[in-house]
Amino acid sequence: LSSSDEPPRSQTVEKVLVANRGEIACRVMRTARRLGIATVAVYSDADRAALHVRAADEAVRLGPPPARESYLNADAIVDAALRTGAKAIHPGYGFLSESADFAQLCEAEGLTFIGPPPSAIRDMGDKSASKRIMGAAGVPLVPGYHGADQDIELLKLEADKIGYPVLIKPTHGGGGKGMRIVQGPDDFVDSVRSAQREAAASFGIDTLLIEKYITQPRHIEVQVFGDKHGNAIHLYERDCSLQRRHQKIIEEAPAPNVTTEFRTHIGEAAVSAAKAVGYYSAGTVEFIVDTLSGEFYFMEMNTRLQVEHPVTEMIVGQDLVEWQIRVANGERLPLSQEQVPLNGHAFEARIYAENVPRGFLPATGTLHHYRPVLSSPTVRVETGVEEGDAVSMHYDPMIAKLVVWGESRNAALVKLKNCLSDFQIAGLPTNVAFLQELAGHNAFERGLVDTHFIERYKDDFQSTSAKASGEAHDAAKLGAILAAACICKKDHISSEESLRDKTLSVWYTRPPFRMHHSAKRLMEFELDEELEGLSDELLKLLVTYRSDGGYFIETEDGSSPGFDVKVDGRSEHDFRVEVGGVQTDVTLAFYSKDNSKHIHIWHGKHHHHYRQTMRAEHLLDDSSQPSQASEGRSHPKGSVLAPMAGLVVKVLVKDGVHVEDGQPVMVIEAMKMEHVVKAPWAGYIEGLKATAGQQVFDSSVLFTVKDKSTN
Amino acid sequence: LAARRPRPGSTLAAAYRSSAAASSTVLPDALDRGSDAYARNAAAVGGLLSDLRSRVSQVLGGGGAGAVKRNEGRGKLLPRDRIDRLLDPGASFLELSQLAGSDVYEEALPSGGIITGIGPVHGRLCMFVANDPTTKGGTYYPITVKKHLRAQEIASECKLPCIYLVDSGGANLPKQAEVFPDRDNFGRIFYNQAKMSADGIPQIAVVLGSCTAGGAYIPAMADESIIVKGNGTIFLAGPPLVKAATGEEISAEDLGGASVHCKISGVSDHFAQDERHGLALGRNIVKNLHLAAKEASIHNSACDYQEPLYDVQELRSIAPADTKQSFDIRSIIARIVDGSEFDEFKKLYGTTLVTGFARICGQPVGIIGNNGILFTESALKGTHFIELCAQRNIPLIFLQNISGFMVGSKSEASGIAKAGAKMVMAVSCSKVPKITIIVGGSFGAGNYGMCGRAYSPNFLFMWPTARISVMGGIQAAGVLAQIEKNNRKRQGVEWTKDDEEAFKAKVVEAYDKEGSPYYSTARLWDDGIIDPADTRRVLSLCLSASAKPVPEDTKYGVFRM
Repeated sequence: LSSSDEPPRSQTVEKVLVANRGEIACRVMRTARRLGIATVAVYSDADRAALHVRAADEAVRLGPPPARESYLNADAIVDAALRTGAKAIHPGYGFLSESADFAQLCEAEGLTFIGPPPSAIRDMGDKSASKRIMGAAGVPLVPGYHGADQDIELLKLEADKIGYPVLIKPTHGGGGKGMRIVQGPDDFVDSVRSAQREAAASFGIDTLLIEKYITQPRHIEVQVFGDKHGNAIHLYERDCSLQRRHQKIIEEAPAPNVTTEFRTHIGEAAVSAAKAVGYYSAGTVEFIVDTLSGEFYFMEMNTRLQVEHPVTEMIVGQDLVEWQIRVANGERLPLSQEQVPLNGHAFEARIYAENVPRGFLPATGTLHHYRPVLSSPTVRVETGVEEGDAVSMHYDPMIAKLVVWGESRNAALVKLKNCLSDFQIAGLPTNVAFLQELAGHNAFERGLVDTHFIERYKDDFQSTSAKASGEAHDAAKLGAILAAACICKKDHISSEESLRDKTLSVWYTRPPFRMHHSAKRLMEFELDEELEGLSDELLKLLVTYRSDGGYFIETEDGSSPGFDVKVDGRSEHDFRVEVGGVQTDVTLAFYSKDNSKHIHIWHGKHHHHYRQTMRAEHLLDDSSQPSQASEGRSHPKGSVLAPMAGLVVKVLVKDGVHVEDGQPVMVIEAMKMEHVVKAPWAGYIEGLKATAGQQVFDSSVLFTVKDKSTN
Repeated sequence: LAARRPRPGSTLAAAYRSSAAASSTVLPDALDRGSDAYARNAAAVGGLLSDLRSRVSQVLGGGGAGAVKRNEGRGKLLPRDRIDRLLDPGASFLELSQLAGSDVYEEALPSGGIITGIGPVHGRLCMFVANDPTTKGGTYYPITVKKHLRAQEIASECKLPCIYLVDSGGANLPKQAEVFPDRDNFGRIFYNQAKMSADGIPQIAVVLGSCTAGGAYIPAMADESIIVKGNGTIFLAGPPLVKAATGEEISAEDLGGASVHCKISGVSDHFAQDERHGLALGRNIVKNLHLAAKEASIHNSACDYQEPLYDVQELRSIAPADTKQSFDIRSIIARIVDGSEFDEFKKLYGTTLVTGFARICGQPVGIIGNNGILFTESALKGTHFIELCAQRNIPLIFLQNISGFMVGSKSEASGIAKAGAKMVMAVSCSKVPKITIIVGGSFGAGNYGMCGRAYSPNFLFMWPTARISVMGGIQAAGVLAQIEKNNRKRQGVEWTKDDEEAFKAKVVEAYDKEGSPYYSTARLWDDGIIDPADTRRVLSLCLSASAKPVPEDTKYGVFRM
């Protein structure tokens, strides 16, 4: 190559500021550290002690918790880089990663933006523009309307032309935010309005596009990489069809059940797309694949490193962050297209704080117990939190990404299922059990995926269906029995260990002494409502201390035969239990929240969660006032609670008015997703005080629906 | 040997043990498991134990199904369950005199209507005194008072905080003459509370039910008290008596309920929402006692110890059901002391009394056990050993199986009365913890020298094989028959051989009944009957409870030389 091909000489990255938080910030810093590059973190007030802050060599405060004032504050970030002497900025994903303005600002300040050229971000960021460019480059497109004219009547006409069902999408942004599927012309106008609102809130721009809605689509995307020398290659595809609320939860690479020919075609199409915009650094070209016809269409290009990039790394054996840095340094791509290996199969499961039975609503809370599986060359855990950290309402509720690799899809899947059953989180609702069920579903095992997979099979999943099976019930009971035995053991150990006067240890030898009878203990477990079909059931277990140090545990009413359980304590949380000659390892977690003691147990493939309501006895509050416990969760009848913590965007009715059953009352937004709060039955609204822009907390009373008006 | 390996790191303890192992005498097994006597004893004791367990399981049921159900209906627990909730989870509870009051009155009085015992709360040993509301409304019979006072006596001696779980109608009115007026009657309960409080022994009352008349003083005299809303009431006179006296009509709750006493009268300090809350508050009070400042430095007796080399269950086959048969007390010692290691003192002198040093669960003890009749030498040896232990602050354990001191001219001439008096003087005055276990016979002055009930051992337990009386039934029958014969002779009344045999049989029968451990334990001549296999466990708990943080100086009276 002649020297005229050489781009202007880039400065070599020696210190990088990571303009992000959570797992991706940690992940970028890990590669930087391996390359000997110093790291600078930025943080909002909510993240002052977060893992990504502690992982960095230096950290700079950006501002208050809301993203707009911190992680989206471009000036503050650039200022942080200048103050710390970081000459490069890695944006991660989300936040400013796809802001052409930010990339330009970096360049203007003499900072290296580790990502694509601003022009490519701009071209691809506008979905209508990007489709025009792609169409010109010969990349197949879904039929649709991508015009700038956003007149609602025109949009409706275009939709009619395409034919329902149609999909409405914001031209800017991604991640499913602001997307609406419209089944018929009647719903069209409302859907457009709400999509515009959400788009404006998320991306600041509310222009929309309309496309044909493909009924049984797969989401397949291709990882592309370019350098500043005009080279572009692809690193094979990922299948991201498993989605809920239009967000991916299990991704895999390579895509299952596709031919080599298809793989070559889609890869080439993606490279053409990248070249059409003069792309360099990491990018992803998303395609929608019609499973019925086998056709693929260009959807959009994400001009950033994606959440699910590790599955690609696992099958090609490369570090994409390292590639990004090398490309930013002006180096050529380390591999040519022919040199890219395709080795084995990888899955990524996204572990979220979310309430699966409540329609996957984002959840917040504290990670009272957090034990990801151990990492190994074939198992990666990408996480930005530690035990004790909180998942707040300010940011994305993703807790971790579990990435596994195997020689084959089957081998990888075995590993995925195993790792999920060992992934321990307690303190807030998560989707781990749901991921386990997904991974274990027959159709998924066969690779028969499309984006409606979860909706189609929802009745097969315990986590999403209302009724619990007898088998699940037995497992929950066994879990409680094992937990009871472990708690007895733990209490025993801890009361003995806390003894100041060791001569009293004779009072704690096992079994506890009773004159001419056996010591017994009654324990009560409430099955947590996360298992909706089992809620409100109180298990009363009677523990009898055996002379051999074991425990005989039966239900208090004697409804089923008891179990003899022996327990070996390994640590405060880890025990080995023996029932009927079978030994297994179990883990327990304990914490207090909402006037309840929470007990979690992981045994075998199961994870169970129990509550012990703290009555007055645990509160030790000697005031004669009715204690909080007695009010507890029992809100006045007819109360409608906030389904999640969030921001009130719109209040649709006035206090005191009559509403019909199911009538929308207000709209709450959390994690950039809107949720409509509806009247649970017909009646009069009372106590509706929330106004647009107000923050509400999870399970706080929003309003009450009464039969009669009090006025 | 199944000896436990020393823990790595505790080199001092290891060194101690290896040197101890080298020099200590390990008692031999000495049991002939194939012998007839072994089988006979095992069968006999087995029978006694199953009888004992069935009596205990009966009293554990409290005042009967109906009363228990009514109690439950009020949201109240049984007294033993109340205690369980106060105790540290998984901790032991040394219940005292479970069978008190059995067959004493015409009506059944399970456990004497009150549960007492010792157990740890937040790592601190406490004495529990819990009324049983299902038994005669928790009212105090004479034996109820006696059991309550005995618990307070132990608490006072061992400096144990007292937790009174009050749910009682007060003195039993029909029995008032035996309950109310005397020194060791009802009033003594409050006297003891005052004295213990003055000694810095915390007095805590949890009012879980009624607390009427005299009973009202239990919470009122307590350092801290808790009362449960709805169930707990404290008043000197209940609503019916108030109406009769003043005409005032008022509900029990308004007269002396939790609100009144926590908000207005100040008779109670802590308001409990319900019974469980009350018990939890009780635990919290103990947590906050902070007696640590009053205690001497942490005890450093060995925590790591060996179990006996021989099976403790075999204790059930050692003591003969027939007190006439003798056995070597060392076979019992071998099954209760750490590693079966026992260093005998004066082994070759006065051999009918076995004395020596050992440890029980790491706690050093001096053991005195009977191996036959007490002779002058045995008594002198015993006195010497008690003095040694008192000097060194080593707790004493008496294993009683004694038919008495030797009688006869030779004995009297050797001054056996003097020797016995020395032993009684030493036992009475030595200020070390003393625990007595009656494993077989306990007759005559032997009971005194071996620290019988009158000598205030900290604890006294019986095996089911025990017999206790001033002398054997046959001997007593012989003596009484001799006197009767002389009387009749003086009166010129004929007394046939048959009459004499019938007379003797009656005496033997009475002695037999009154010498039974059940007769004893019902009247609180002891602190309970234990399973021989539990002896080591019970001793370890008693030693722990009676351990003195600060040794007391022993002063003796005049020894007759």
